[in-house]
Amino acid sequence: MSDVPLLPLFILMTSLLASPVLFALPESAARLRTAINLGMAMLKLALVAWLGWKVGQGVVYDLRFTMLPGLEFKLQADPLAMLFISLSAVLWLITTIYSIGYLEHGPHRARFFGFFSLCVAATVGIAMAGNLFTFLIFYELLTLATYPLVIHRGTAEALRAGRIYLIYTLAGGLVLLIGTLGLWVLAGTTDFTPGGVLEDVVTEHRLAAQILFVVLVGALGVKAALFPFHAWLPIAMVAPAPVSALLHAVAVVKAGAFGIMRVVYEVFGIETAQALGMTAPLAALAGITIIYGSLKAITQDDIKKRLAYSTVSQVSYITLGVALASPIAAVGALAHLIHQGLMKITMFMAAGNLAEGLGVKKVSQMDGVGREMPGTMLAFSAAALAMIGLPPLAGFVSKWYLAQGGLDAGAGWVIALLLGSSLLNAIYFLPMLHRAWFRDRADTASGTSYRQIGWMLAAPPITTALMVLAVGGFANAPFSPLEWTRFVVAIEYQE
Amino acid sequence: MNNLMSLDPMTLALFLPLFGAMAAFIAPRAASVIGLATVLANLGAVGWLAFEIRAAAELITPLGGWAPPLGIALRADGLSVAMLALTGAVGLLVSFSALDALRDARQRQYFWPLWLLLLTGLNGVYLGTDIFNLYVMIEVIALAAVGLTVLSGTREAVRAGLEYMYASILGALLFLMGVGFVYLQLGRLDFAGLIAATPSAALSAALALMVVGLLLKTALFPLHFWLPAAHANATAPASALLSGLVVKAALYIFLRLSTYMPLPDEILVTLLGALGAGALLWGSVQALRAERLKLLVAWSTVAQIGLIFIAFARAGQVGLVESWKAAALLILAHGIAKSAMFLAAGRIKDEVGHDIIRDLDRSAIRPTLAQFTFALAAISLIGLPPSLGFIGKWSLMEGALQAGYWHWVVATMVGTLLSVAYFSRVFAGFLRFDRMQGALAEHKGWALADLAPLTLALAAISLGLMAAPILSFIELGYPFGAMP
Repeated sequence: MSDVPLLPLFILMTSLLASPVLFALPESAARLRTAINLGMAMLKLALVAWLGWKVGQGVVYDLRFTMLPGLEFKLQADPLAMLFISLSAVLWLITTIYSIGYLEHGPHRARFFGFFSLCVAATVGIAMAGNLFTFLIFYELLTLATYPLVIHRGTAEALRAGRIYLIYTLAGGLVLLIGTLGLWVLAGTTDFTPGGVLEDVVTEHRLAAQILFVVLVGALGVKAALFPFHAWLPIAMVAPAPVSALLHAVAVVKAGAFGIMRVVYEVFGIETAQALGMTAPLAALAGITIIYGSLKAITQDDIKKRLAYSTVSQVSYITLGVALASPIAAVGALAHLIHQGLMKITMFMAAGNLAEGLGVKKVSQMDGVGREMPGTMLAFSAAALAMIGLPPLAGFVSKWYLAQGGLDAGAGWVIALLLGSSLLNAIYFLPMLHRAWFRDRADTASGTSYRQIGWMLAAPPITTALMVLAVGGFANAPFSPLEWTRFVVAIEYQE
Repeated sequence: MNNLMSLDPMTLALFLPLFGAMAAFIAPRAASVIGLATVLANLGAVGWLAFEIRAAAELITPLGGWAPPLGIALRADGLSVAMLALTGAVGLLVSFSALDALRDARQRQYFWPLWLLLLTGLNGVYLGTDIFNLYVMIEVIALAAVGLTVLSGTREAVRAGLEYMYASILGALLFLMGVGFVYLQLGRLDFAGLIAATPSAALSAALALMVVGLLLKTALFPLHFWLPAAHANATAPASALLSGLVVKAALYIFLRLSTYMPLPDEILVTLLGALGAGALLWGSVQALRAERLKLLVAWSTVAQIGLIFIAFARAGQVGLVESWKAAALLILAHGIAKSAMFLAAGRIKDEVGHDIIRDLDRSAIRPTLAQFTFALAAISLIGLPPSLGFIGKWSLMEGALQAGYWHWVVATMVGTLLSVAYFSRVFAGFLRFDRMQGALAEHKGWALADLAPLTLALAAISLGLMAAPILSFIELGYPFGAMP
């Protein structure tokens, strides 16, 4: 069917093969490292665009490789995968530029970019995994690749955070392994299939299927920072800014949310999951996480911690949209996968610039920073307003579809939840904007510029902020995330 | 047709190392050259054998033309060739690193004859077809292994070597007593005789004696007392051989015997599994508490042997073959990854000057390549995808789930989590920099001693992708008793 059947493999390899080369480069070869980083990121973006074009035309990509009798390593590029790969390819390029600027002259750059590439490769693998077994492989790879990034600074605090991160994610990975084995034993396959693979099994093994749902979603919920498995995320904030940006926008939390999607839609099937009575509790748990994350965010003075709790809250929008079992809510969930990524990466890069350029790490120090760094703060403000859900920005589009989906699913409480959450978003974001733009910089703080913010640090958040405006403003244009989302939902709901 | 002079890969694999050992002993100045040539030739013979096994599935060579039960025969099937290949390949890489790691001339002089003698014993075990010969071979292995343990010459090593020798002798004696009882019962000692024998209480007692002897030799909890000190205090190449290869011989004999003479009682099987779980927990807890890097790695061997026994613990016919397969994969995975890890630990100790885990982060010298190798090996030992260790663990848990043995699944999971905990103690030492004294100093790297463990660690990870062909190779000649 396809003229280049190995295209998904090539996309995986761009970042996977870059990684050992980057490791082997001597610390001093900065220019070559930059060239490889940017070259590979751009090559990947081009390949992803090509793949997206083909998949949009209905071309099917399916690569298999037998690992154990009956058990396959399988890569596929379905529209849902495309959604996630596009996000990771675009944001990889932008974050790479930002990281190069951020780590200029910093230590251990060879190690950093090696693991950074590996992390992106894992994300792509997660997106294209054609069965839960393959998903598991990349899911664990992601854990291993992100751990050295989290502890990059090598301080006692970073190592403590890394240890907590490792315990949470590896324990989650182990439970996912058990779940995958359980699925394999129960259904005889772990393939992702629209409509699910458990339809015939559930009548006979209802309880086993319910336990399996709890095990799988619980395991994925660790990375998706679903309450009560979210504690690692705010602690992992000691990581360098580009790592936090990547972790929150594409890599780790999204891998969890994306996995929940795959499991609900393509392992169980939305109807089966509903029939098992599992979607309503999941929606409730997502709702609790949304409110809990927002409440915790209000009390944080550390900017990155506030953003982290905001992520806990915002990522659960995706889970909520999946669990509502309505196609309209699903559109909101999938769109939010993209939208939240763009918004949050903007905010983390902006926070990184504040810390690097002005030494501002706390909300209480933010007075007047808007005048010191107008570009960065404009980007931050746009993303914050989008998070709150100001029309026509990206966050509004997600929330609009989620609310409609809630009505469609007969869950009126979702409207109240979204309004409440938006109010809380406003409570913790608006004071930051107020301080930045409408207060004067404290005398003691001004003038002590830490370092010059070059274009490599300034441009990326502005770029992503423009995307936040674009995906909201042109939501109905062809090839916008929202349009692609509708395409995906039509497949998952088998319409 | 079959006279002594006929060239046959099995005979070669047995006698090449033996002659090599003698030559290296007689000509100590040429020991390294002789050793390396022998190990290479041995791997060649194993490659030849593997090629023939792919076509024939099973090969039998009566030594000197006398067929069992009167004479001695060598037999190879997929499993034994896999073990020979593990021994040959790991042995070759360890030999390379020994060229670099053993700087003391006296160590060099004794290392090669001992290692080649060890190779003879190991190959003999994997090709043996009767239990008396197995006894002889495990004595040869024990002799060489104790020699390798004390090679470093430190007082701790000598004491550990003595303990190891006592344990070894006791184990071999028990095994020999079992062999004697079998001979009294059956009047023959070859495997075919064991398969044909009708089960009886006396035969079971003989089997029990042999099994206890083997457990002592393979250091299954609570008979592991000798292992940590012995493996931790030997020189790095010796540790790699001891932990990666030597304990596997007893595991292999156990596996073979259990397929020929199934354990008579399900309670016994469960007991073995319980001991395995005990080893997994106790070994892990001790690894968590170990102060020295090499001691931590040695305790991890105790835990991993426990894991392999959990794979053995499948009663009756429920997925028995599957559990042997899982055990075989775990044995291969551990052999490769653990030798990589010991070599890497040795390199770290060499560069940093000590191997106290708590103080690794104070060192200004960071042997990054060895640290990276250590981490790769740990990935396979923890059992993270796509390593060979992961595939082994997956097979183990799949079988246990299918048979409804939830307790073994839980034990395996707990062991996995503990292994993450104890290995991350080491990673923290690698990656922490704020307690470092002075600026980052230069370290050597890309030496022969670095390349060998890196190759092994990469193999442990990437062979997981080739698990399907490896498994179908192991099953050639139906070593697990499942006839078509």
